[in-house]
Amino acid sequence: MIEKVIFEEHARHGSRNFTTEAAEVEGIPAELQRKAEPALPSVSELQVVRHYTRLSQLNFSIDTHFYPLGSCTMKYNPKACNQLAMLPEFLGRHPLAPNQFSQGTLKCLYEVQEMLQEATGLVASSLTPMAGAQGELAGVAMIQAYHKARNDLERNEIICPDAAHGTNPATATMCGCKVVEIPTKPDGDLDIDALRAAVGPKTAGIMLTNPSTLGVFERQIKEIAGIVHEAGGLLYYDGANLNAILGRTSPGAMGFDVVHVNLHKTFSTPHGGGGPGSGAVSVGERLKPHLPIPYVVKDGDNYRWADEQDCPGTIGRLSAFMGNIGVLMRAYVYMRMLGKDGMRRVSDYAVLNANYLMVALGEAGFDVAYNGRRASHEFIISVKPVTRDTGISAMDFAKALLDYGFHAPTTYFPLLVPECLLIEPTETEALQTLDEFVAALVDIRDKAYSDPEGLKEAPVTMPVRRLDDVRAAKQPDLVFKPE
Amino acid sequence: MPFIPHTRDDLSAMLARIGVDSIDALFDEIPESLTMQGLSGVPDALCESEVTALLHERAAEDGRPVCFIGAGSYDHYVPAAVWDVTTRGEFYSAYTPYQAEASQGTLQVIYEYQTMMATLTGLDVSNASLYDGATAFAEACLMAVRANRKTKSKRILVPRTVHPYYREVAVNIISGQDIELVDLPVEGGVVDIAALDQLAGGDFAAIVMQQPNFFGNLEQVDALTDWGHEQGALVIAIANPLSLALLTPPGEWGEDGADIACGDGQPLGVPMASGGPYYGYMVCRQAVVRQMPGRIAGRTVDIDGKPGFTLTLQAREQHIRRSRATSNICTNQGLVVTASTIYMALMGATGLRQVANASYTNTHKLVDGLVKIDGISTAFSQPYFNEAVLILDRPVAPVLEALAAQNILGGFDLSKDYPELGNALLVCATENRTAGQIDRYVEAMASVLAAQGV
Amino acid sequence: MSEIPEDLKYTQDHEWLRLEDDGSITVGITDHAQEALGELVFVELPDEGQTFTKGDAAAVVESVKAASDVYSPLTGSVTDTNPDLADEPELVNNNPYEGGWLFRIAADNEDELEGLMDTVAYEEFLAGLED
Repeated sequence: MIEKVIFEEHARHGSRNFTTEAAEVEGIPAELQRKAEPALPSVSELQVVRHYTRLSQLNFSIDTHFYPLGSCTMKYNPKACNQLAMLPEFLGRHPLAPNQFSQGTLKCLYEVQEMLQEATGLVASSLTPMAGAQGELAGVAMIQAYHKARNDLERNEIICPDAAHGTNPATATMCGCKVVEIPTKPDGDLDIDALRAAVGPKTAGIMLTNPSTLGVFERQIKEIAGIVHEAGGLLYYDGANLNAILGRTSPGAMGFDVVHVNLHKTFSTPHGGGGPGSGAVSVGERLKPHLPIPYVVKDGDNYRWADEQDCPGTIGRLSAFMGNIGVLMRAYVYMRMLGKDGMRRVSDYAVLNANYLMVALGEAGFDVAYNGRRASHEFIISVKPVTRDTGISAMDFAKALLDYGFHAPTTYFPLLVPECLLIEPTETEALQTLDEFVAALVDIRDKAYSDPEGLKEAPVTMPVRRLDDVRAAKQPDLVFKPE
Repeated sequence: MPFIPHTRDDLSAMLARIGVDSIDALFDEIPESLTMQGLSGVPDALCESEVTALLHERAAEDGRPVCFIGAGSYDHYVPAAVWDVTTRGEFYSAYTPYQAEASQGTLQVIYEYQTMMATLTGLDVSNASLYDGATAFAEACLMAVRANRKTKSKRILVPRTVHPYYREVAVNIISGQDIELVDLPVEGGVVDIAALDQLAGGDFAAIVMQQPNFFGNLEQVDALTDWGHEQGALVIAIANPLSLALLTPPGEWGEDGADIACGDGQPLGVPMASGGPYYGYMVCRQAVVRQMPGRIAGRTVDIDGKPGFTLTLQAREQHIRRSRATSNICTNQGLVVTASTIYMALMGATGLRQVANASYTNTHKLVDGLVKIDGISTAFSQPYFNEAVLILDRPVAPVLEALAAQNILGGFDLSKDYPELGNALLVCATENRTAGQIDRYVEAMASVLAAQGV
Repeated sequence: MSEIPEDLKYTQDHEWLRLEDDGSITVGITDHAQEALGELVFVELPDEGQTFTKGDAAAVVESVKAASDVYSPLTGSVTDTNPDLADEPELVNNNPYEGGWLFRIAADNEDELEGLMDTVAYEEFLAGLED
């Protein structure tokens, strides 16, 4: 059952919750004042609380369901992180408050920078990018700034593997670069010969992630780094899969010059129904002069924000203020609770859970895409054989899983594997949950053969059945209008 | 082991099933030379009680000064119900609503949010939000260049009365697309209408105005909107959404209304929190909706004919990546938008109007009190909303330092960003400032100026 | 196997062209293209009088899963656009070569027609893509 929209409910508002008596505004010219009130809801506090609480109950969430979404790292969000980030002093701090009212927050952020540098094996960081895609923008912009500063003006090509996530080439294009795509080999590694042919005096850099989007470790990474560096290009690391290597190896060790970290993945800040995230960047020496401002610096015992004077080669500000500080504070609490050993255990158990699931599903007869390779923190199965036999697709599996109480894995990405499910359990899931998930997939596959029509009807237990996407796009209803 | 649930038996069973002796074996594809021994620079783990004590200590170091700074982030009171409901696990730990059947809560919230922003701004279609006001402004510039069919121009007129950090961010994001921000002259703290003649015939993709502007002053939005349209430019409005409870919405500016409205949603139920997370809002005319970036939720029906919500018009996002000026931004600020939606529902039009009125009243009261002090005068003679610029007879920084010593954040020093104004201070008093706090600020300022001498 | 009418010319971007009696040229997308896109939800057409160089993006066809640019196969100016597509974008799917036409263009340079594929060539081109 779906709720009616809030605009369809009516009641008297609660009373004012501040003390100032407000006179009518006399100083504003009449022609600049609004004639008719906005059509916002008119309801009581109870109606508001009841309405939005009931809406929340229509959602799946990590707190309520297993979410093995590949590349998303849907790990548990510890409650302490939220509670401590919402201490009144932190919530009430204005972004432009002077240093003497900022030492507590700045100290936490400085330590986040330091811990990210440890994890990434790099030397300097900026916490301002507000999402992974903004981190990518910062990375490409820094690479461009580096080449420009050295008067190396021909370099406008960015190399991306064909398996890359869509935001990588989009970011490159947005920065005015040309994207050069290179293929991946059937064993999951990048085609080194194609890379050698693609690099040259026009190469600005390469955008990669390791483990790759295919869920396997790029074994030739040192060679790749060598080839790109020798050609004069730099290496950008998309941190989406950092959970697989945390504390075990680092992008810095692999030869990367810049990394963006998705704090809402690896460092457990909330996904919040689509945000807010944080895409902090860490860099090596070459790119340090170009970091986006501001970032935190320490003068003796005093912490402050660095500005253009500290970093004259900066690519500039990417956020009106300093980035998603509230998100960064949640990450800080999480990082302090993990500590050095806890961070390493994250990758240990994320990789353990993924390999276990991969073996269990392989034994159950599912088609593992990179059989014979170790899973990283995620792996791919393809249900193409089932589709061929029964017409049941990866999407049908995804819809059916909802009826078993599981959110589907990522489907149809990466594009290289047909009818694929990219599965990432994360380290916070128990063995029991993994076994239940395997059983559900086996059950669905059995139904694909015995009752495909029934499966096409899934989901049947959710608040809505399958939705008409075509109608949503052709007859868009994007704003509620009363009858 | 925090948050890792495996028992020793679990571990043994799993390793046996996989067929390895240890977890280390699972990493055998990583070359030895790349393996690190651990994160020696990261401190040892703290248990929850330890980290709690630590964060309380850090919070105490920040303290709780009384805030009279605006400049794009406002200290409005946020009722308890807002974040209590927003931080429910079902909202907090939910993913992006790609699987619509499992996300009807989130999707309906977004639909309601879109509806509220449309009515507040007087425009047709809202997206589900962007990162913040500054990036929303950058996106609006990219969008205007894409959407303007009357010209291929990549020049956009922007006055200095737009937030300086918004202008900086926009330049950093859009310069890769060869889009140029051209200065629109300013006089007396607002856009100089008289100077528009010189710019006529100049071929611009868009004209931008901020209402209230960065100084708190009210622009002549009707005249500017009509002029912009006459020139064949699209009109981009940057508006404080709370002020729209009181002021003419962008959709009703001039003859035809603005084309795109954007800005930061922070004043609507989002704490200042050191600058983020906030959210950027964007609402546009139906005619240009296909050029609008960001996610959009729509209402449709399911196979049983029952109503439901889903993300829609998603192909635009890839499309936008391929067309003349591209963007990679596609996320929304989910949790923050949820809070804002609940805030707007809780307050309604009446409540928002009360907050806007009270902020107006308090700022005027503060300014009236401060200009009675020798050495302080107002910078401009424009009508203003909830912020104003004062001119001091001496440098601002030492005065602010002295006020800080009395636990007062006196305002934002404009001398770095607007050297042409001299010793200029931007002050703001929202509805959250009590009469006592305002009186205390005026007294403190008087004594600081007297003590320091000129 | 998609439908490929005999009397038309084709481009590598899956557009078709038909020379009309009055000298103008009608442009649309092929059966292969509409199949790949899925049911169209929106078509963005150029304005009458708009001029294009060969290869410029002239229109956009949008389905639920993808939005694709349609490129002008010739240099010239737009003389006409299909008024039915605003309400019925699915005409492009159901009738890509007749009712689902997109726009008409007056060509500046008839020589540009030489480089285009005929039915056989387009058929071979499609077969090559499937490998």
